Amino acid sequence: MAVTEPRTAIYEGTRIPSPVPSILQVDPALREEDDILEVNFGPNHPSTHGVLRLVVELNGERVVGVKAVVGYLHTGFEKNMEHKTWWKGISYPERIDYVSFQNNELVFVLAIEKLLGIEPPPKAQWMRMLLCELNRIHSHLVWLGTAALELGAISMFWYCFRERDAILDLFELVTGVRMHTRYFQAGGLAEDIPVGFHDECRAFADTMMKRVDEYEALLSGQAIWLERTKGIGLLSAADAIALGQSGPVLRASGVDWDLRKQQPYLAYDQVEFDVPVYPNGDVFDRYKVHMDEMRESTRIVQQALDGMPEGAWIVDDRKIVLPPRHELHTSMESLIHHFKLVTEGYRVPEGEVYVTVESPRGELGCYVVSDGGSKPWRVKFRAPSFVALEATATCMSDALIADLIAIVGSLDTVMGEVDR
Amino acid sequence: MTQFGGVPGLVEELGGHGETTVVVECGRLREAALWLRDEAGFNFLSDVAAADYLGWDRPRVAGYWGNAGGRDINQPGSWGLPAQPDPRPHRFSISYHLLRLESGASEAPRIRLQAWFEDGETVPSLVPVWPTADWHEREAWDMMGVSFEGHPNLVRILMEDDWDGHPLRKDYPLGGEPVRFSGEE
Repeated sequence: MAVTEPRTAIYEGTRIPSPVPSILQVDPALREEDDILEVNFGPNHPSTHGVLRLVVELNGERVVGVKAVVGYLHTGFEKNMEHKTWWKGISYPERIDYVSFQNNELVFVLAIEKLLGIEPPPKAQWMRMLLCELNRIHSHLVWLGTAALELGAISMFWYCFRERDAILDLFELVTGVRMHTRYFQAGGLAEDIPVGFHDECRAFADTMMKRVDEYEALLSGQAIWLERTKGIGLLSAADAIALGQSGPVLRASGVDWDLRKQQPYLAYDQVEFDVPVYPNGDVFDRYKVHMDEMRESTRIVQQALDGMPEGAWIVDDRKIVLPPRHELHTSMESLIHHFKLVTEGYRVPEGEVYVTVESPRGELGCYVVSDGGSKPWRVKFRAPSFVALEATATCMSDALIADLIAIVGSLDTVMGEVDR
Repeated sequence: MTQFGGVPGLVEELGGHGETTVVVECGRLREAALWLRDEAGFNFLSDVAAADYLGWDRPRVAGYWGNAGGRDINQPGSWGLPAQPDPRPHRFSISYHLLRLESGASEAPRIRLQAWFEDGETVPSLVPVWPTADWHEREAWDMMGVSFEGHPNLVRILMEDDWDGHPLRKDYPLGGEPVRFSGEE
């Protein structure tokens, strides 16, 4: 999707605070002449999307200083993963960003596969793509429901969560679990696609297009919504790139960038979809990018259902993949393989890789170092939410206290991912 | 070797798994970063990842490490390695993952800028080059104890301000939180 309006400069020059790019500092002259009120926003506040704490300095209604404090949800995922076999480690990344679990799972599995040098069969690639897109819709629905709720559009929350539940039902149908599905294995999928999934999923995809139109009908023309989102939380393209922004935030600043296009992984080069780009860099454009992405994801889901290849769902490599269950009763070799894989795990050749995918929140990266053993030496995630929060100070440079909620919401952060 | 031959302080250029790693002298990291940003067009800093290689060369035993009480839960168990991994030049590495991001481009070229250093050495901060390095470097300080020179606000980010130690170091135990009433007092 092209830029809908001619691109104009969002603002002149740069607004990134100096010397600390992530802290908006109060002008000392202003502090001398006016009363500055310091307010603690969070960490326990319904509209912080988790446990984000913002130390906000106010001059009347105007935000003149802001500092984001994170770390309240630090769980030590990266440390723990160094102590688990590669195989067991797959269930950790999902819990890092608990709203876009499948994309997080994917990035770690892709990293293992890159080190092992294995390529999953086409059916696994397409199914992964389908689930990742369903997961993107799921993530955007949670975002839309909560971000709109915070700005007073309470009904959005119920509509969005109705569709979200339908997606979780689909995940349950495929994997047996509603969230944190752990369905991707190194080498493919954990199980074949169950009977009946195609029909259920197609029925959902058919309704989803209409649903997005309904959401837009409720919000896009509504005066209060427009007042509260247009021209708020500005971020120029140059500032967004300097601050490492990615995903919907970057595309709402007029940058046509999507890793699914520029760096196609899975089967994204075999399906048709557009990348929504909007030029104004405000909260409204971020909302529009999210809405259009839900439509594009639905298109990908439909194409994935049409084009789903037949065949194996996982590679046939007994050194990496568990043998079929029924063989355990008759084949000694399969039993040994099963035992070795479950207890020791597979060894991954020495090396370091950095794998990135386009998660619903932007560029999600995974840096993995292996020493050749059955556990990772080092795992590091590049969390898009962590980086998005760095932009709060830049976006807030002319905000009012009420805009703060809209701006933090529009950056679409998940605190589990920020703090890891 | 030609494409990045002009990087200031270049030590070596490595390939592998389709990725390019440019290893530079630690002290000239900022020069190299500026060169890569301005001359080679890598305008987007994706990630900063520090890694600790303490014990990398130690022979891996098959089984677990014991202590007087039995199994030592703070030593990762091992199944041995078929071969020792290649030695590393220093204890720590820091990797900057760069990307050339152009609106509407057809590809996403990536490169890893890497430097090696010992415990206690300082690393030039890249916040003046990419503002996004701010939090990434704070995280590397907090988790790995990498001290950056020229960072405007190098304080802990994920752990508490008064936390002892740097949790992602290899000599930091997994169950590392001190127990309040351990009977020793």
